[in-house]
Amino acid sequence: MKIIVAIKQVPERDAHIRIDSSGKWIEESDVQYAMNESDAYALEEALQLREKHSGEVIVVSAGPERVGTTIREALAKGADRAIHIDCNDLNQRDALGVARLIADAIRPDNADLILTGLQSDDLGYGQTGVILAELLGVPHATLILHVEKTDAGLKVKRELEAGFFQEIELPLPAALTIQSGGNKLRYATLMGIKKAKTKEMRVVTAAALDGAPVAVLDGIAHPKKQRSTQIIPGDAKQAAATLVEKLKFEARIL
Amino acid sequence: MSGICVVLEERDGRIGRISWEALAAGKLLAAQSGQPVSAVVIGASTESIANEAATKAVNNVIRVEHPLLAHYTSDGYTIALHQLIEKESPTAVVFPHTYQVRDFAPALAARMNEVLIGDVVAIGEGPVFTRQLLQGRLAGNYRHQGSGPCFVSVQAGAFRADAIESGSAEATNFTPTIDAAQIRTEPGEPFRGSAQTVDLGSAPLIVSVGRGIKEADNLPIVQELATALGAELAASRPICDNGWLPMERQVGSSGQTVSPKLYLAVGISGAIQHLVGMKGSQCIVAINKDPDAPIFEVADYGIVGDLFEVVPALTEAIKAAKG
Repeated sequence: MKIIVAIKQVPERDAHIRIDSSGKWIEESDVQYAMNESDAYALEEALQLREKHSGEVIVVSAGPERVGTTIREALAKGADRAIHIDCNDLNQRDALGVARLIADAIRPDNADLILTGLQSDDLGYGQTGVILAELLGVPHATLILHVEKTDAGLKVKRELEAGFFQEIELPLPAALTIQSGGNKLRYATLMGIKKAKTKEMRVVTAAALDGAPVAVLDGIAHPKKQRSTQIIPGDAKQAAATLVEKLKFEARIL
Repeated sequence: MSGICVVLEERDGRIGRISWEALAAGKLLAAQSGQPVSAVVIGASTESIANEAATKAVNNVIRVEHPLLAHYTSDGYTIALHQLIEKESPTAVVFPHTYQVRDFAPALAARMNEVLIGDVVAIGEGPVFTRQLLQGRLAGNYRHQGSGPCFVSVQAGAFRADAIESGSAEATNFTPTIDAAQIRTEPGEPFRGSAQTVDLGSAPLIVSVGRGIKEADNLPIVQELATALGAELAASRPICDNGWLPMERQVGSSGQTVSPKLYLAVGISGAIQHLVGMKGSQCIVAINKDPDAPIFEVADYGIVGDLFEVVPALTEAIKAAKG
């Protein structure tokens, strides 16, 4: 099975976030980057499918030069080769624009299966995998926790809301968006890290933005508070004592 | 192009609450531009939900019906709604941001060279659509500038369902052309993962733990706090993904929805997937080392600090208070 995994490099979860001078994005120099969490699960699913059914795992990622470190991490975990779509204005492109970049880059590979994480932890559009399926003319399923190869194609387990699940059967080629938690993530081994350096990473230059996007991000801001939060001061012991007082006499819960 | 279409979603035979919230958002867009609102229902037989929709102040109800729409499939819904939108030519199409909508609406929009502005939490003049970025730590303002309809989905709880007035609308039928061969996926019946033995929904007090706990070995300090309070222990998704607590203790969009008297969030940053499961709680307390964590936006009381110091101190203070 030839599997393509689209991964994204995103700011680390605990990264300190400042809005940059354009007011449209964050100050990137402050931030450490990591592989998007659900994309890591998509990669894991791809590697496990290859171990069971043999084949090839190709990772694709769009972004500036720094994305190379996340691609190397995927290669170190076991992906066979990679495509880096070199693109310095990813945040100005909408979900359709980014999906088009990826679709153009992977079309020649004619993969059997395309996996993505279900949503990025930064922009959070949650659309890339679904639009990729549409652009490539293949069926798709989203929020997938488990993938099983069958004679006819795939049987997948899809997460629904409120603790429900559903099985879906679909033919190949297909695209799936993977939910976190379906597998245990592997770590890269030393051998894997060494090998990654020799694996193919093809760099393609992203086509220039073709006019303005459909959905334009005009500006970012700190969110409005929904409740007025009383922040309780003091060291741990003082704060704990004050909180208990407040829960007892103000909120009348204890 | 004129008019706003709001696509309502059925849940257990009735229109779900989040769909009424989408209708409220649609009416807000309509009021900004002086346009009529159509409620759209979709399925193999839509009479009862169409009747339900017709009791609201909408201009009309459109019943998109076809035997191949008996079960949800992305292909079926995309084909049917694409045909409807081509015919109606609305300026905007509004959806509730459900798992189902996330499964097909991006493809539907892309088929029309448009982009879904998804998970919207507010709509301002313009219109400007606000949605969350970086797991709720920032908000982004978006504008639509495509030539076709503007596709929008709204987050649960962001618009007021009870703000919609009642009315009596006429229903019309729309029969899409769908061929069985166009539906490429075969969906099975929904099922529950495992027997639910913990009913967090009825617990009056909940202590909930997130990523900040770092390791499974650290969980006892939170368990001790829960025991001292007489509270149920719950968790955010990553804790259950790691297998540190069973899935049935998960609060959030993929777990249980709770509204206890007290929800004490320990080391939970407050991603929206978690917040939707607990923001209806009467009193929310958050303990987190990051003062910018979105959990503080919904908390009544917050302690910014190291949970490994604060939680044991709180356990002691509660024991002392209870005598």
